Amino acid sequence: MNKIIEKKQLSDDVFQMCIEAPLIARSRKAGQFILLQIDTDFGERIPLTIANGDAEAGTITIVFQSVGATTHKLSDKNVGDYIENVLGPLGQPTHVKDVDWVVCVGGGIGVAPMYPIAKAFKESGAKLTVIMGARNKDLLILEEDMKAIADELIVCTDDGSYGRKCLVTEPLKECCQREQQPDEVVAIGPPIMMKFCSLTTKECEVPTTVSLNTIMIDGTGMCGGCRVTVGGETKFVCVDGPEFDGHKVDFDNMMKRLGAYKKQEQVNHDKYHDHECKAEKQADELVAKQGDK
Amino acid sequence: MSYISKKELQQSACEILKNLDCENLKPKDRMQIPLQEMPSQDPAIRRNNMEEVAIGYTPEQAKVEALRCLQCKNAPCMKGCPVNIDIPKFIQEIAEEKYQDSIDTIKVSSLLPAVCGRVCPQETQCQLYCTLGKALKDVEQSVSIGRLERFVADRDAQNATDVPIEIKPETGKKVAIIGSGPAGITVAADVRREGHEVTVFEAFHKPGGVLMYGIPEFRLPKEIVQREITQLKKMGVKIETNFVVGRTLTLPQLLDEEGFDAAFIGSGAGLPTFMNIEGENLVGVFSANEYLTRSNLMRAFEEKAATPIARSKKVAILGGGNVAMDAARTAVRLGADEVYLIYRRSEAEMPARIEEVEHAKEEGVIFHVLENVKRILGNDDGMVTGVECLRYELGEPDDSGRRRPIAIENSEFVIELDTVIVAIGNKSNPLIPHTTEGLEINKWGNIVADEDGKTSLDKVYAGGDIVLGAATVILAMGEGRKAAAAINEMLVD
Ligand SMILES: Cc1cc2nc3c(=O)[nH]c(=O)nc-3n(C[C@H](O)[C@H](O)[C@H](O)COP(=O)(O)OP(=O)(O)OC[C@H]3O[C@@H](n4cnc5c(N)ncnc54)[C@H](O)[C@@H]3O)c2cc1C
Ligand SMILES: Cc1cc2nc3c(=O)[nH]c(=O)nc-3n(C[C@H](O)[C@H](O)[C@H](O)COP(=O)(O)OP(=O)(O)OC[C@H]3O[C@@H](n4cnc5c(N)ncnc54)[C@H](O)[C@@H]3O)c2cc1C
Ligand code: SF4
Ligand code: SF4
Ligand code: FES
Repeated sequence: MNKIIEKKQLSDDVFQMCIEAPLIARSRKAGQFILLQIDTDFGERIPLTIANGDAEAGTITIVFQSVGATTHKLSDKNVGDYIENVLGPLGQPTHVKDVDWVVCVGGGIGVAPMYPIAKAFKESGAKLTVIMGARNKDLLILEEDMKAIADELIVCTDDGSYGRKCLVTEPLKECCQREQQPDEVVAIGPPIMMKFCSLTTKECEVPTTVSLNTIMIDGTGMCGGCRVTVGGETKFVCVDGPEFDGHKVDFDNMMKRLGAYKKQEQVNHDKYHDHECKAEKQADELVAKQGDK
Repeated sequence: MSYISKKELQQSACEILKNLDCENLKPKDRMQIPLQEMPSQDPAIRRNNMEEVAIGYTPEQAKVEALRCLQCKNAPCMKGCPVNIDIPKFIQEIAEEKYQDSIDTIKVSSLLPAVCGRVCPQETQCQLYCTLGKALKDVEQSVSIGRLERFVADRDAQNATDVPIEIKPETGKKVAIIGSGPAGITVAADVRREGHEVTVFEAFHKPGGVLMYGIPEFRLPKEIVQREITQLKKMGVKIETNFVVGRTLTLPQLLDEEGFDAAFIGSGAGLPTFMNIEGENLVGVFSANEYLTRSNLMRAFEEKAATPIARSKKVAILGGGNVAMDAARTAVRLGADEVYLIYRRSEAEMPARIEEVEHAKEEGVIFHVLENVKRILGNDDGMVTGVECLRYELGEPDDSGRRRPIAIENSEFVIELDTVIVAIGNKSNPLIPHTTEGLEINKWGNIVADEDGKTSLDKVYAGGDIVLGAATVILAMGEGRKAAAAINEMLVD
């Protein structure tokens, strides 16, 4: 049982939560993640990156986007509520290479898991460029936090409602074309964004690390559900990753695998909403009745 | 075997008892008593539910079956039981209807009779050596030792009087157990009894290991596993779920920083093998571990469960072991129209238990033996559409003593389907060896341990699948017992 200590809404459907997890807070490193399950008997186990942690306070921070049934239920939890199961820290920590210049590209919610990695690079003495993008202004998160650590910050939105109107690949390409190329690019975001970032940097031969968000169950290498094809070989994201060489990942296969349970996920999500709506309706009716009296 | 209802089985058992002079049976008479079949759910009905298939003997059936035992002086059956249960004694006690004595006899050696009575591969263990089976020239005619064991264990559970298990005075010593499968459960109980403080660390959110996440409800009801876990908790064993040793804390941290005086590693064989063939990562290809975990541990077959699971129309399971049978029979229950089991040797070489094979067939699983998948076919959306298979024939015996399957050239053919479940075995998870310096492993990745379960590291013991490779519940338990004894001895010194 892990208590929710803090909850913030970062944008329309993005939430930040600080939860009690003393051992994870103590052991975790940048790039690692947890598996979280709201309800022991029937809940789904979902992976979320540890965006931050405080070993002394015994807490970790997660940032998540409400996209389906489980993340939606999670976003309905409040400070003081409990999450029944939190397992971690899982996965290989980020290998913070000793480089002169790193470009960190975060797309959408990917900015959150990017933060500890960018910070770790900065602390290692690298020059840090952060490129962050979102569909529109309202979906941008953690801009202030990034500004505080980046030597150079480029913000873009798809619709131009804030910063540059472009996809993150555009400034990334410009960086790669500068006289002095970046030594390392790290890209985290939707699979399609990581795919195109990797294609962009491949042309200029800049080493690129991506963090993959496959479907998972156990997170310990037991089920193989998280497997991806990397350089023609099968890898398990939960134990071999989540970070891989972006130039070698078969993104098309990964994206298809992410959709494996689409239909059932939709049904579950609808069920949850339906349930919510019914509850709301009942509450409304109850209030109305009491009003009658 | 055609299906016989519980009622008919019970009637015939009563009939037999009526005509037997139980007090004066000669070996020849005993040999003539017919084997008592296990009553089970009607295959046509059980295909559609997750409830246990085998219902269990009635007291009359148990008595008849017990009377078949010849009470051999040298009890060859005992040497086939990895934990040396006094088989003739507990069977004689059933024949005399002294059920409490019988379960007490079993419990001297085994901690999990309700589990082992159900899932032990008896035909290759105790029942393989049974004199009766030998005399009748058919292992399947041996005394049904497992069924009898289950019978008394279930009776005991029903009449549970809740006698607290005796624990010696606290010693102040702390023991860490990694993994809550049969090996871990056994060590926890045996070490706790000596008065040591015991904490079990389990990565999953529910304890029980393969008994919870692998073996399906219809073979081993989860209630039985939870009963054993509750028992442990009552003894004062602490169970820390959601704790993955090697990540949450490492084994050296547990010993050096958290003050544990000894540790037992029972982390199992949880690393699925794939075949490295084309199409293996298409959507619709699963490891049996994923499929079974979603169904068993995450309860995907229940309406309330949030976890999704493949709802297949036509599905092929690759493999011929218990895991393959479990996956095939689960697919049947989840509503697949057609379930194929593809195995490259013949049925005689299948490692699965005979009973499971029979049950799978009764439930409509279609066996494709002497065939193997060469590649998995998919469409533009990356979804499985079929498998290309090759036919096989059997050649000379290989290292394992089984005849080697040889592919027949140009025998390719295609089976159309939408799901493939790979069940060709599990290897050891490398997480603990990787995070524990100095822990010796062999070339298969199994932890090396001596007779007593002692590893290359001080104070660290190991047992079960992590040492043996994918093995059996009773072997895991047997190893656990030995390791526990060694740990207890070490802690006294
Ligand atoms: C290592 C890792 C780190 C991640 N970090 C974050 C993070 O910091 N913040 C964040 O918002 N999201 C993160 N994700 C993605 C997050 O796990 C999914 O958004 C979440 O599981 C969706 O669950 P749902 O029930 O709400 O939605 P669903 O309706 O179940 O699914 C919506 C989408 O999530 C994917 N998904 C569903 N179940 C799982 C699962 N068990 N594991 C992975 N993906 C799944 C589906 O393919 C689908 O595309 C991470 C994923 C991985 C693998
Ligand atoms: C589908 C299936 C069917 C089977 N059918 C039969 C059968 O009919 N009869 C039979 O005798 N045997 C059967 N077996 C084999 C039998 O289940 C195993 O031999 C037995 O469970 C091994 O016990 P164990 O205690 O060594 O490990 P397991 O039961 O595998 O338990 C290990 C536990 O350790 C946990 N763990 C692993 N790593 C860590 C870590 N780093 N930190 C914390 N916890 C960890 C795991 O989550 C797991 O819960 C079957 C196996 C499977 C998969
Ligand atoms: S524990 Fe298994 S091997 Fe031993 S007697 Fe019972 S069924 Fe036979
Ligand atoms: S070998 Fe068979 S007949 Fe003999 S004692 Fe054992 S169970 Fe009974
Ligand atoms: S999540 Fe099961 S192997 Fe990676």
